Amino acid sequence: MAEALRNRLALVGAGIVVAMVLLAACAGVVTPYDPTEMKVADALKAPSITHLFGTDRFGRDVLSRTIHGSRIALGVALSSITIAFIAGTLLGLIGGYAGGWPDLAIGRLMDVLFSFPTLILAIGIAAMLGPGLDNAALAIAVVYAPLFSRVARGPVIAEREKEYVFAALGLGAGPLRVVFRHILPNVLAPLIVQVSVSLAYAILTEAALSYLGLGTQPPAPSWGTMLNEGRTYLETAPWMSIFPGIAIMLAVFGFNLLGDGLRAALDPQLRGR
Amino acid sequence: MRWYVVARILSILPALLGVSVAVFLLVRLIPGTVVDQMVGTEGAYSEESMRALRSFFGLDQPIYVQYVRWLGTLLRGDLGVSWRTGLPVFEMIVSRLLVTVELTFGGMVVALAVGVPLGMLSARRENTALDHVVRVASLFSLSIPVFWQATMLILAVSLWLNWAPAVDFVSPWTDPLRNLAIIALPSLALGTAVAAVFMRMTRSSLLEVMRQDYIRTARAKGLPEQGVLWGHALKNSLIPLITVAGVQVGYLLGGAVVTEEVFTLPGVGRLLLWAVFQRDYPLVQGTILVISGLFLVSNLIVDLVYAYLDPRIRYG
Repeated sequence: MAEALRNRLALVGAGIVVAMVLLAACAGVVTPYDPTEMKVADALKAPSITHLFGTDRFGRDVLSRTIHGSRIALGVALSSITIAFIAGTLLGLIGGYAGGWPDLAIGRLMDVLFSFPTLILAIGIAAMLGPGLDNAALAIAVVYAPLFSRVARGPVIAEREKEYVFAALGLGAGPLRVVFRHILPNVLAPLIVQVSVSLAYAILTEAALSYLGLGTQPPAPSWGTMLNEGRTYLETAPWMSIFPGIAIMLAVFGFNLLGDGLRAALDPQLRGR
Repeated sequence: MRWYVVARILSILPALLGVSVAVFLLVRLIPGTVVDQMVGTEGAYSEESMRALRSFFGLDQPIYVQYVRWLGTLLRGDLGVSWRTGLPVFEMIVSRLLVTVELTFGGMVVALAVGVPLGMLSARRENTALDHVVRVASLFSLSIPVFWQATMLILAVSLWLNWAPAVDFVSPWTDPLRNLAIIALPSLALGTAVAAVFMRMTRSSLLEVMRQDYIRTARAKGLPEQGVLWGHALKNSLIPLITVAGVQVGYLLGGAVVTEEVFTLPGVGRLLLWAVFQRDYPLVQGTILVISGLFLVSNLIVDLVYAYLDPRIRYG
């Protein structure tokens, strides 16, 4: 794809992400109603001027809940991917730099985690830890950490043989200093791309876990939980299912566009393609 | 090739062993022990009966002894007994396996049928408006949650076609047409995200191949463009797709769980969810083990096909 278009799409992606972050930050101010306030008299109202996205079975405003849902989606995605990024990158750095048995042990552990379909592993962990927001975040972190480990390890192996590493070691730098001060900055680019793409997947996974009843618990307005609640009213109140779904799609699309643009910007081989 | 096949088949054993350790430890993640969980839901028990229960489940043994015992029964094809139904876990899973396998297969067929032609089209029209539209659409498709897409499909067909998805599953051997009617919509919902992955892969791979010297040679000897594409470029460009397909089976198996839930299909995925909410741990372990086993075996098949098609792998 022409570079200009890709850049434009990446900008659109960044725009969606920024808008979502702003909405999440200002959710308390910009939403017309309290997301958990029940008004049974207003239950299952179709979209109108007073309730732009309609109301759910408890009379709660779907627009307010959708906007507040971005807090949960972003919160879980950011916390889980931060844990996955730190843990995975650390393991990748250790394995790649040390080689030998630490590399072998870490590699086998990651292989085991890769042997599970991601969502199945997330369901398994979330189920065992018990339903809830924190446990869902932890489950997502465990599932995505191996990706970061694998993405970090390869470049570290290539970098550790370079002259600047020998120079640093020759000047008396310890292995920790070499890994974190010298090698890490040089292997960050693919990890940053991975963060953007993983944030998209984390939002999808959280939504799926919540939809299945294993993530965020009611009455908290998670997009997945809202979609679960909308199932029973699919034909009578489809707006309960339509709007939270569009929100998930837009958020994930934003991170995907951003990731695609970042990959193109940071990977010279993709330029002009 | 024979040695490669043997080595690759043997390589699945440590992976299976690793998966079994992980699944075994998974149940140990539960806060408290399994006995506490059972007792917690079913009233007060004396310390003595708690001890008896722990001993009954072998929980008073060291953890490695528990694992070896569990692995022993596993190797005999015994996945234990469901706590809620009293039925053997293995039988419960086998009776639902067909639905999940069929759904995963259906998703793969949809993904290939949609993704590969679109990828080819996009590559042939590189940097045109059509290419841009297909590429953006593929990223968009990757962003749609499977369960939401499934829900919207149900909504669309019920609104426009006045048709509700069938509730009772019929096996393809009983009534193939009816089975197809039941599985088509879920397969469509499941396969579209993977179609986007295949589309992107086919596109970039075909573009790569079309820049090779042998394609220039084919053109230089006067072969028409269609002949170059179908006779020389396509086959080679599809090889990398096979590896991606292996990874995507994992996505499809995971997606099958939610798709089964949305369409109320009686597959292993729904069984897993039921087991999770019933806190039926042997059943949870069994279903996760079987789904992961399916994933590993399908990856094995994919690798073997890859080696068959690309001699550089098996002799490398």
